[in-house]
Amino acid sequence: MGSGTPLLALRGIRKRFGRLEVLHGIDLDLRAGEVLVLAGGNGAGKTTLVKILAGAYDDWEGEIVLAGTPVHPRRPHEAAALGIACIHQELALVGPLNAADNLFLGRERSRRFLGVDDRAQADAASGWLERLGVEVDVRLPVERLPVAVQQSIEIARALSMDARVLVMDEPTSALTEMETRHLFERIDQLKREGRAVLFISHKMEEIYRIADRIAVLRDGKLVGTRLAPELAQGELVEWMAGQAVTEHARAVAGGEVPCLSVENLSVTDPARPDRPLVRDVSFEVRRGEVLGLAGLAGSGASEVLGAVFGRLPRRSGRVLVDGEPVPSGRPAASLRRGLAFLASDRKAEGLTLARSVVENVTLASLPRFSPGGWLRPRREERAVRELVRELDIQASSLRAPVSTLSGGNQQKALLARLWLTEPKVLLLDEPTRGVDVVAKARIHRLIDEWSRAGRAVALTSSELPELLALSDRVLVLHRGEVHAALERHEASAERVIAAALGGAA
Amino acid sequence: MKGSLSAPLRALLALALVFAVGLVFHADGSFYRWDTHGAMLRQASVHGILACGMTLVIVTAGIDLAVGSVLALAAVLFSLLTIHLGWGAPTAVAAVLGVGLLLGATSGGLISTFGLQPFIVTLAMMVFARGLAKQVSGGQKISQAVMKPDGSGYDYVDLPRVFDLVDSRVLGGAVWVVTLVFVAVALLSWVILARLRVGRHAYAAGANPEAARLSGVPVRRTLVLVYAWSGLCAAIAGICQAAQEQQGDPETGAGYELSAIAMVVIGGTSLMGGRGGLVLTLVGVFTIGYLQKILSLNAVGEAARLMLTGAIIVGAVLFQRSRRNG
Repeated sequence: MGSGTPLLALRGIRKRFGRLEVLHGIDLDLRAGEVLVLAGGNGAGKTTLVKILAGAYDDWEGEIVLAGTPVHPRRPHEAAALGIACIHQELALVGPLNAADNLFLGRERSRRFLGVDDRAQADAASGWLERLGVEVDVRLPVERLPVAVQQSIEIARALSMDARVLVMDEPTSALTEMETRHLFERIDQLKREGRAVLFISHKMEEIYRIADRIAVLRDGKLVGTRLAPELAQGELVEWMAGQAVTEHARAVAGGEVPCLSVENLSVTDPARPDRPLVRDVSFEVRRGEVLGLAGLAGSGASEVLGAVFGRLPRRSGRVLVDGEPVPSGRPAASLRRGLAFLASDRKAEGLTLARSVVENVTLASLPRFSPGGWLRPRREERAVRELVRELDIQASSLRAPVSTLSGGNQQKALLARLWLTEPKVLLLDEPTRGVDVVAKARIHRLIDEWSRAGRAVALTSSELPELLALSDRVLVLHRGEVHAALERHEASAERVIAAALGGAA
Repeated sequence: MKGSLSAPLRALLALALVFAVGLVFHADGSFYRWDTHGAMLRQASVHGILACGMTLVIVTAGIDLAVGSVLALAAVLFSLLTIHLGWGAPTAVAAVLGVGLLLGATSGGLISTFGLQPFIVTLAMMVFARGLAKQVSGGQKISQAVMKPDGSGYDYVDLPRVFDLVDSRVLGGAVWVVTLVFVAVALLSWVILARLRVGRHAYAAGANPEAARLSGVPVRRTLVLVYAWSGLCAAIAGICQAAQEQQGDPETGAGYELSAIAMVVIGGTSLMGGRGGLVLTLVGVFTIGYLQKILSLNAVGEAARLMLTGAIIVGAVLFQRSRRNG
C-alpha cells in the first residue's frame, strides 16, 4: 500500500444545484495502489462527487490536486486526459460497435488516407483485454457481450488511456457473484500497478472484501475515513445513519382488515429476463396503515411498487385488493381495482409536461369527466380547482402547461391525480423526490390524512428519516428480498441501514 | 414560453405576413377579387383534408406518410365503382371510406401492437397502397373512356352526376363543394381533438406515452383510432380529387403527404407530439394555400415556387421554435 503524498487529493469540494448545496466542502485523499471505498446512504453526495471527478460539472468550488499538481477538469475529456477514468453504473459503450472500436472511440488509429486501421485497433484492443485476463472476440458488437465483459472493456479503455485514477460507481450492481470475483481480481492487479481506485458500493460484504480504506459521506459531508480493518461494521452503519431520528410524526394507526395483499411477488428485468429484481416478496397493508419499503439503490423496493401496480409485469405472485385479484402488468385494470401509483420519476413517467394542469390532474379519472366519451371541461375544472386549493398547488392558471409549475407543485398535481381516482390503496414511489421543504411538509401531511381516511399506503423513500417518520411498519429489502420486517418501535435508522446493507437487522 | 406570443397568434402572424404580400403583389387587382380566394380554397381543400387527419396523428407524436397513396387508391376505387361498375354514389362512397379506414387502422395496429416506428410503418403502407391503386386500375387512369370488351377501342360513358356535384359551386357560386367537405372534416377533427375523450387520450399519448399508460389511457386503441381517422380523411380527399380530375389516376397524390405535414407543422403543432391542434392546422392550410396562390398569380415559375415554399417552411418552423426556447 502506498503512503506519503496522495496521488489524488480533494480539498474543500463544494457543489450546489441552484440554491441547494449538496457537497459542503469535502476533503479526501486517494493514494497510489489503494482501493478507497466511498460509502454513504442515498443522497449522501457520492454520485455528485464522482461526477465532479469525471468532469461532468464545471461550477464546483474547491481544489483537486493530482500528483502534486492542481487540476480542474470541467469536461469529461479533460478528466480523461488527466488520467482520471470513471466507470459508471450505466456503462458508456456504444452497443452496436465492437470492442476495439469502443476502446478507441474518439481517438481512432488511422492510416493516412485509408481511414481507421481496424487491424491495428483489434490487435491493440486484444492486448489490453488480455492483460485483464479477458478473452473475447474484439470484433463482436459489445451489446452482444455479457455485462461483465463490457465492464472489462471499459476498464481496458481506461488503461489504454493510461488512467492513474479509476473511479467505479457501483460496478457490481449488474454482476453475478462469479463476475464480481473476477472484477476484484482485476482491481487487485490495478493496485499492484500503482493505480488508485475509488470504489462505491452499497453492499457491506463487498465493502470489506475490497476496501483498503473506507470513507463515509453523509448529507454532503465527510463523516470520516479509516483503514478498513479498523472500522467495525456497526460503526460504519452508525456513520452512515448519523443520529437516530426518533421524531415519529404519526401515532400508530391501522385497522384489522388487510386491504392490499401481495403474495410471493417476483419480478425480473424486462430487458434481461435472467436478472431478478424482486424475489418472493410477500406483505399486507391494512386500511389506515402506512407501510414503508426501505432499501438502498437497486434493492428492488421501487420495483415492488411498480409490479404491484402493473408498471412492470410480474414474473410470479399474486396481488389482491380487498380479496380481489389484480391482473399483472395492466395499469388500467389496477386503477379500476382501486390501486393508484405515483412513479418515482415524475417527468419521465408521471407528467404530460406540454399539457395543462387540469389535463394532468384528471388524466387517470377521465371516464368520470367524459360520460359517453364527451369531455365536460367545466366539471373537470371545478374538481381540479377544489384539489388545487386543498393541496395548495401554486399555478398561474389551471390552463397553463404543467411544465411551468415548480417541482413541488408538479408533484402535488400528480398526487391530486391519484386522489381523484378515489383509490383504496396508494403506492407512492419516492413521493417527495426533488421537492422543496414546504411542499415536502404538505405531502407528509397529505399522506397522513389519506391513511387516516382509511386508505392503505405503501411508499418508498431514499431519505430514511422521512421513511421512518411516515411509516407504521418498515420492510427492508436487500437485493430484491425482504431482509427485515420492523414494527414502528423497532425501526431505528441503524437497524434499517444494517439490514439494507445485507447484514442482520 | 413566458411573456411571448401564444402559438395561435404566432401562426396567425405568419399567415398575415403572407396575406400582406398578396395585398402588395396583387397581380393587377386579382387578389382583391373573391374568385381568387374561392379558387385558393378549392385548391387547398384536398391538402387541407389530409392535414386534418395528419394533425391527429402528429399530436400522438406519429406521422402518416401513406395519405398520398391512400388518396390515389380511393380516387381509383371510387372512379372504378361509379364509372365502370355503375355503383350508386352512396354505396361507392361508403366502400371507399371503409377501405381508407381499414388501411389507416392497419398502420395504427402495426405501430401500437409491435411498437414499430410510425415513419417505417406508414412508409411501407405508402408503397403498398400505391401498388394496390395500380393493381386495381391495371395501371391505367380510370376515366369515362372504357375499353371495349374485344379491346378494339374505347366506349365513352357518361360521368356520374356525383363527380359534377362534388366539383361544383354553391352559395351563389362563391364556394366550391370540396371546400365545404374540407370544412366539415375540419370541424369533425376539431371535435375529436378538443371535445372527445379519445382526443384527450391522443394528446396524453403523444406528450408522454408511459405516463398515459400508467394513468389507464388505452394508448394502443387510441393510436389505432387516430391512424384510422387519417386513413378516412385520405379516402375523403381521394373522392374529391377524383371529382376534380374527373378520373381516377393511380399516380395522383404523390407528395401530398409532405404538403399535409408542412401545413400541420407551419401551424405550430409539434412533431414531438402532445402540443398543437386543429385550429393551428387551419392557419397552416391557409398560409400555404395563399402562398401558392400568390406565387401563381404573379406567374412565378414552378422551380422558383418550390424553392420559395421550402425556404418559407423552414422560416415558419424556426419562428415557431423560437417561441418555445424563449
